[in-house]
Amino acid sequence: MTRADLIAVLPEALLALFALTALMWGAFGGKDRIARPLLYATAAMLALLALWIGSAGGGASTAFGGMFVNDAFARFAKVTILVAAAAVLVMGEDFLARRDLLRFEYPVLVALAVLGMMMMVSAGDLMALYMGLELQSLALYVIAAMRRDSLKSTEAGLKYFVLGALASGLLLYGASLTYGYAGTTTFAGILAAVRDSTLPLGLLFGLVFLVAGLAFKVSAVPFHMWTPDVYEGAPTPVTAFFATAPKVGAMALFARLLHDAFGPAGHDWGQIVAFLAVASMFLGAVAAIGQRDIKRLMAYSSIGHMGFALVGLAAGSATGVQAMLVYLAIYVTMNVGVFAFILSMERDGRHVTDIASLSLLARAEPTAALALLILLFSLAGVPPLVGFFAKYGVLVAAVQADMVWLALAGVIASVIGAFYYLRIVYLMYFGQEGEGLDGAMSWSQRALLVAAAAVMLVGVVNLFGIEGPAAAAAAALVR
Amino acid sequence: METVILLAPLAGAIICGFGWRLIGEQAGMVIATAILFLCMLLSWIVFLGHDGETSRIVLMRFIDSGTLSTDWAIRLDRLTAIMLVVVTTVSALVHLYSFGYMAHDDNWRHGEHYRARFFAYLSFFTFAMLALVTSDNLVQMFFGWEGVGVASYLLIGFYWRKGSANAAAIKAFVVNRIGDFGFALGIFALFYLTDAVSFDVIFGAAPRLAETEIAFLWTSWNAAELIAFLLFVGAMGKSAQLFLHTWLPDAMEGPTPVSALIHAATMVTAGVFLVCRMSPVMEFAPGATAFITWIGAATAFFAATVGLVQNDIKRVIAYSTCSQLGYMFVAAGVGVYSVAMFHLFTHAFFKAMLFLGAGSVIHGMHHEQDMRNYGGLRHKLPWTFAAMLVGTLAITGVGIPLTQYGFAGFVSKDAIIESAFAAGELPVFWLLVAGAAMTSFYSWRLMFMTFWGSPRGDHHTHEHAHESPRTMLMPLAVLAAGSVLAGMVWYNSFFGKEETVKAWFGIPVAEAATDASGDAAGHAPAAEAHAGGDAVHGAAALPGEGAIYIGPDNHVLHDAHYVPAWVRAAPFVAMLLGLAVAFQFYIRRPDWPAALARNQRPLYLFLLNKWYFDEIYDFLFVRSARAIGRLLWKKGDGAVIDGSINGLAMGVVPFMTRLAARAQSGYVFHYAFAMVLGIAILVTWMTLSAGGN
Repeated sequence: MTRADLIAVLPEALLALFALTALMWGAFGGKDRIARPLLYATAAMLALLALWIGSAGGGASTAFGGMFVNDAFARFAKVTILVAAAAVLVMGEDFLARRDLLRFEYPVLVALAVLGMMMMVSAGDLMALYMGLELQSLALYVIAAMRRDSLKSTEAGLKYFVLGALASGLLLYGASLTYGYAGTTTFAGILAAVRDSTLPLGLLFGLVFLVAGLAFKVSAVPFHMWTPDVYEGAPTPVTAFFATAPKVGAMALFARLLHDAFGPAGHDWGQIVAFLAVASMFLGAVAAIGQRDIKRLMAYSSIGHMGFALVGLAAGSATGVQAMLVYLAIYVTMNVGVFAFILSMERDGRHVTDIASLSLLARAEPTAALALLILLFSLAGVPPLVGFFAKYGVLVAAVQADMVWLALAGVIASVIGAFYYLRIVYLMYFGQEGEGLDGAMSWSQRALLVAAAAVMLVGVVNLFGIEGPAAAAAAALVR
Repeated sequence: METVILLAPLAGAIICGFGWRLIGEQAGMVIATAILFLCMLLSWIVFLGHDGETSRIVLMRFIDSGTLSTDWAIRLDRLTAIMLVVVTTVSALVHLYSFGYMAHDDNWRHGEHYRARFFAYLSFFTFAMLALVTSDNLVQMFFGWEGVGVASYLLIGFYWRKGSANAAAIKAFVVNRIGDFGFALGIFALFYLTDAVSFDVIFGAAPRLAETEIAFLWTSWNAAELIAFLLFVGAMGKSAQLFLHTWLPDAMEGPTPVSALIHAATMVTAGVFLVCRMSPVMEFAPGATAFITWIGAATAFFAATVGLVQNDIKRVIAYSTCSQLGYMFVAAGVGVYSVAMFHLFTHAFFKAMLFLGAGSVIHGMHHEQDMRNYGGLRHKLPWTFAAMLVGTLAITGVGIPLTQYGFAGFVSKDAIIESAFAAGELPVFWLLVAGAAMTSFYSWRLMFMTFWGSPRGDHHTHEHAHESPRTMLMPLAVLAAGSVLAGMVWYNSFFGKEETVKAWFGIPVAEAATDASGDAAGHAPAAEAHAGGDAVHGAAALPGEGAIYIGPDNHVLHDAHYVPAWVRAAPFVAMLLGLAVAFQFYIRRPDWPAALARNQRPLYLFLLNKWYFDEIYDFLFVRSARAIGRLLWKKGDGAVIDGSINGLAMGVVPFMTRLAARAQSGYVFHYAFAMVLGIAILVTWMTLSAGGN
């Protein structure tokens, strides 16, 4: 363990130290009384790390014998993850506090999950990959079941855990097959094995199982089944977290594994990813139509959006990866905004997630309704909002990779998917008189909602310049 | 000066159409009318001072696109000069006339402003028509051609509260589209072959076109023939020739001044003008000109037969117009373009006057148009009666037989009939003579039914019948003068000796032996000269020199002066015959027409229903088009497109949604099973596809 190695993992090390210290302080010190300051401290910590990593330039460096990779791609993903996690922490605080859910473990577990994700996107070895993935997953299992007195919450946590264990098993099986046929667990070694010869069947099997394990994490069809149940059952701030940062981490890891370790076999995994993409886009669009609960709806929405992000990955090109990263960043922004609103949905002091309760929101809350309208239009991909350019980017990448059919499928799926977003807009503006919402939004929720909507409008100009870093990230990954 | 003539009416239209809110309705109308009178004055100066030389005035660059580059220019030659006076004179008089005619109108509610709009349309029409006749190239001409179409559409449908007026406007527009399609194809063909749209280039290339073959539709054609035919299709539409004539009678739904200006004197003659303008091409297309001759003769005969039995005063005159246009096309078809223009020129005077006179009657009779409700009006409307009488004498062709002295129609129509005989088209000649007899009959029938006899119809209307105001009578007087004199004054210029006509139209006259040998033997040496080779051939005029082109083998103009006396007398005899029958039927025995109609009922109905053209077209085109439209609408759009989208959106997608909801059972083992199934599928797929590699 050299000095250079430590410097490369310094942000992760600091976050780990922070999480452990906070855990000790919470357990032996203030217990839940310190939960609120701890939450803000965690958010601040994450934001600071994002600032640090984002401003740190430099090329690619590896540490621990290639197990840890710090390159532009990893940095882009980490910044997105950190910012998303910080935003979700802040906007959920009010919700948790009022429902007596504000435990000191929550920010600590989120910090650990984020640490796991940071390890994932920097993984340069199957071992590191699995370690990061499991650190993230275990933390997520726990916070999904954080509301111990709620049947749904515990059920969600258990389901997630059982299925997650199955996925982990698949992943591990794939990893061991890969190790068996490539003779090494480092990505560089696997890459060399793949490049040297045509893909041996065993290695192909390993690839398929690895993909299946990761597909579970990004909730791609047919490994998506846990998503609606977990999203619905978990406390809403946790759902908001699920829908944002872990998706970025898992997608980035997906891209990292496929390009860094299996790059030359792009023809083979391109087919699988394209299949996952089409299945996810269509299922996300079709199944969401039947939902009456906005959290379940957002679950299917995230399945569909992951499908679109996979389209960029399936293209197998630098343009595709760039489009995917831009898509993820935009997707996270939109979801933060929408969940900021969902967190505030309340009637008679109780949290409601029924879509029908949004009826005629435009009369009671014109600003929030307008912001939500912009976000929903953006999610549906209506030009000229930023969400349109996100979809446009991945579809162009698919077309450039001679996968016109994939782009065509994406367009059709987005047409079907537009329906359920527009139905919410319809309800908000032209719905039936009924029991509306009466809760007030906290300042952080309102600020994030409006800010996200504003980003959707203003970002049209130049997407806030994220295309440049995304291009650099893609260039770092696809060589 | 020519620029002012062309653009001033546009300015008038803009000032009157948009500016009347600022300067007042009356002021706008006065300005538009004053501008037209100025144009008329300038046009007459141009016409009388024109020396026959073709000149070209470039106004601006019009189009630059690839090899298509053209100016907006005025081509001033004899044809243009003639059309300038015709258009501006009739237009100015119609503007003046409209002050009286449009003063009160029951089609408008109290306080509605419609007059400024009407005048603006009239002025806009005049501009478009002038753009058409002054054009220097086909694209510019097409602009004017469509411009008058738009103006015609707007004016026919001017009474927009009347459903019939709207229908007539649409019909006029749609039928004209068919003609315009042919015209446009002709322009395309010319541009394709000569790479130019300007007349100078096209005329210069005309002899070459006659030797070119062009593939079109299923076979290849002689280029000159095909182009001449396509251009004539355009002319057929605009000039309401047989098969494309159905819109003209319906166009009478427009206000009467519009009928006089557009549907009698100017726009409908644009087709004749086009054929004359394109004479250098026509001369090289004997097949197409034969077609023109026959269509013209058939129209002249057909429209006259229908005119015999119509009861609406404006429809009688409309069919008369249709018939007279047929005469003009016969002249153009047999190659005497000057005579075609002659009849166009004289016809503009007497037909505009007949329409304005009819308008005066209608105005005086409170918008009653059915002649069966007229009668004995010569005492109530003395001035109108006098004017109509002059017009009738002119159209029926009254004059001193075997001389050139007579009313305008006598001189020009007889010239056409003699030319048809001279061209050796005997059946055409007889059709035209029969047409002349019928023209006389229906014209006198109109006069007798309107002005003689005892008042019929609503007693009240007759009591309040009144002479029209001076603004309406003044134009009638001017046109009456023209109807009397136009033929005699310009006889020599249009239909005199060959040299006179050629000089007038600015065609260089060959000084060589051709003419020196005298008129009688004129064509034999000419034929020799033609056969003799280029050296002698060069003496004759080339296509594009002069306003019209008369081919070296075309001697109809010359021969028309040497037809037998019986031929020259034939139209006059026909006229007398028609007059006598009309007199017998409507003055001496007014019960005869009804009896005849009863005895010959099928024939009567056949004519009354205009040979059932409208019904046949309705069955063939309108119904089938509607059926196709219905099919595409109900089956194509409704069932297939909407059906498939609706089926997807309301059938397939919800079905899949339910399916997805059922799969989401909540049982962990179902979920795990789906994952295992997924990995099984993926592994199988990858194995198979990898095995394929």
